[in-house]
Amino acid sequence: MTEPSVALAGSTLPAGDDLDLLLLIRHFELALLDLFGRGELNGTTHTCLGQEYVPVALRGLLGEADHVFSNHRGHGHYLARFQDPAGLLAEIMGREGAVCRGVGGSQHILRDRYVSTGVQGESLPVATGVALHLKRTSPGALACVFIGDGTWGEGAVYEALNLAALWRLPLLVVVEHNGIAQSTPTTRQMSGTVRARAQAFGARHHGVETSDVAAIRRELAPLVSEVRFEGRPLVVEFATHRLGPHSKGDDTRPPEVVRQAEANDWYRRYAEADPARFGAADRAQRERVAAVVAEVAARPPAGWDPCA
Amino acid sequence: MRVAENLNAALHAVLEADPSAYVIGEDITDPYGGAFKITKGLSSRFPDRVLGTPISESGITGLAAGLALCGDAAIVEIMFGDFVALAFDQIVNFAAKSVSMYGSHVPMRMVVRCPSGGGRGYGPTHSQSLQKHFVGVPGLSVYEMSPLHDNRVVLEEMLAAGRPAVFFEDKVLYTRRMHDVGDLFLHDHLAGSGGTAGAARVFLEDPEAADCVIIAPGGMVERAVGAMRRLLLEQEVSCTLVVPSRLHPFDVEPLLPSLRRARAVLVAEESTAGGTWGSEVAHRIHAHLWRDLRRPVTLVHSADSVIPTALHLERSVLVQESTIHDAVLEALRD
Ligand SMILES: Cc1ncc(C[n+]2csc(CCOP(=O)(O)OP(=O)(O)O)c2C)c(N)n1
Repeated sequence: MTEPSVALAGSTLPAGDDLDLLLLIRHFELALLDLFGRGELNGTTHTCLGQEYVPVALRGLLGEADHVFSNHRGHGHYLARFQDPAGLLAEIMGREGAVCRGVGGSQHILRDRYVSTGVQGESLPVATGVALHLKRTSPGALACVFIGDGTWGEGAVYEALNLAALWRLPLLVVVEHNGIAQSTPTTRQMSGTVRARAQAFGARHHGVETSDVAAIRRELAPLVSEVRFEGRPLVVEFATHRLGPHSKGDDTRPPEVVRQAEANDWYRRYAEADPARFGAADRAQRERVAAVVAEVAARPPAGWDPCA
Repeated sequence: MRVAENLNAALHAVLEADPSAYVIGEDITDPYGGAFKITKGLSSRFPDRVLGTPISESGITGLAAGLALCGDAAIVEIMFGDFVALAFDQIVNFAAKSVSMYGSHVPMRMVVRCPSGGGRGYGPTHSQSLQKHFVGVPGLSVYEMSPLHDNRVVLEEMLAAGRPAVFFEDKVLYTRRMHDVGDLFLHDHLAGSGGTAGAARVFLEDPEAADCVIIAPGGMVERAVGAMRRLLLEQEVSCTLVVPSRLHPFDVEPLLPSLRRARAVLVAEESTAGGTWGSEVAHRIHAHLWRDLRRPVTLVHSADSVIPTALHLERSVLVQESTIHDAVLEALRD
């Protein structure tokens, strides 16, 4: 396999709220790395720098009734669904107002029809069960699962795909193929392709090469509708790039690989395409996140009783 | 020397001494060298036998069992011990069973390494101590890394036994110094206990003459020694800490003389409550010393709870130095 590369999108900026959301996620993630660097965060975190457009694009295709299953790299998924940077940051910092009272932290979040877990592959069978439930109780709704390319190492992924295809369940698997799993390039952990894997189970596969939010929605809308109404599981594989380290300070990639990821970054491209509009939006979201950080950091610790 | 360096050196030594030995795991090759850097340098020196794998805990543990079946020695690193749950079937239903279920003895030289424990804010699925789930599986040994046991001796013992072992490694311990018990206490090894690696003891002057005996695996040493220090300086209570390397099967007999003399016996571990390793140890002690003990063995463990991410919440669930300290005082109260 070759390294995935994101075809350069046109230089048109996304619509206002999409651009704002992209930038909100970007600045949220940068703020986390900054907080870690200053020793103000504990534990670990995985930022989605470079991949923000994936959940932003999908947001336009998912509704309230749909379930979303996120993974370890889930801040963008959460923010695209709820636009709640304060609740998420409070969760990560263990402060009052945390979405899950500081128990789950960055990787374990449950809110309404959104759930994440830090164990790779675990969510697929669960999402399949949710899809079975939805098929009976709310036809037209689907279960959407985000996984990385590395997570295809787990057998549970295959067991779930087989079930979903066999029982014609409304399951949407979104693969953020960023060419790497922690420190392992895809070429060193995957034989064959994601496409062939999906097809082997009779699930549909669609590759997304662009990072243009509107184009992605146009491409995917009819396919997602088939998932909803014809119970045909769909695997959407985004060719994307991880800009930052796997978690923090653990990037052992050669500089040219990191440079290639940076060359594909939507942020730089949009900044150059329309400096005035981009600059204003960028400043607004940067300031918004800075204010959230200051406000949340000043809150008292989250309260929770293990025995309750 | 840090514990991580000692373990790294032990892995180098095993690979060097035994051309049939493998080390297998996710992200373990250079330059990354594993999530906790324990395998640094191994793949550069032994590229054919140190294999970075896909994210397939069940698959790679089964693969290790296949190597072991052919007479090779296989050491698997599970990135976070929590994920050993994915390999449970391969360990319990194949590797451990194979030693005896075919009617004759089949040696299986295999170690599953599990970085475990909390204290680092990694959250509910990256902080557990799952030792108890492997206690009492026929054919399987359970070991825990300790700052008082040379990992080379321990690894060699696990492999030489010819039965699979799960090796729990407290993540916080990686950064600590070997043999560090502070300036107040001495330490030695008790012959004939806890496998040939023996149980280590930390004590004031005479290990056999303490008010209280605390039995605790390696991950608890720092907290237990901290509690012992405070108990001595503030309460004039003397304790002996016994640190077994092999948790199961557990050799209780060599400990009996000192346990008989103590006014209180505690077993401390980080596991959450319920069906703990400590309850198995306590039962063994009760069976031997029921008439001699002043009171039942005290179990010290974490709360019956998931392990929260936020540091202040995590602290409220996991065993702390103060938990051990308070439990000793309570056990000594008349
Ligand atoms: C069962 C399991 N094994 C290992 C890990 C440790 N781990 C966390 S993220 C990760 C890499 C995941 O790679 P990928 O699926 O490609 O997603 P990416 O990190 O690239 O977004 C690994 C190995 C885990 N969380 N769960």
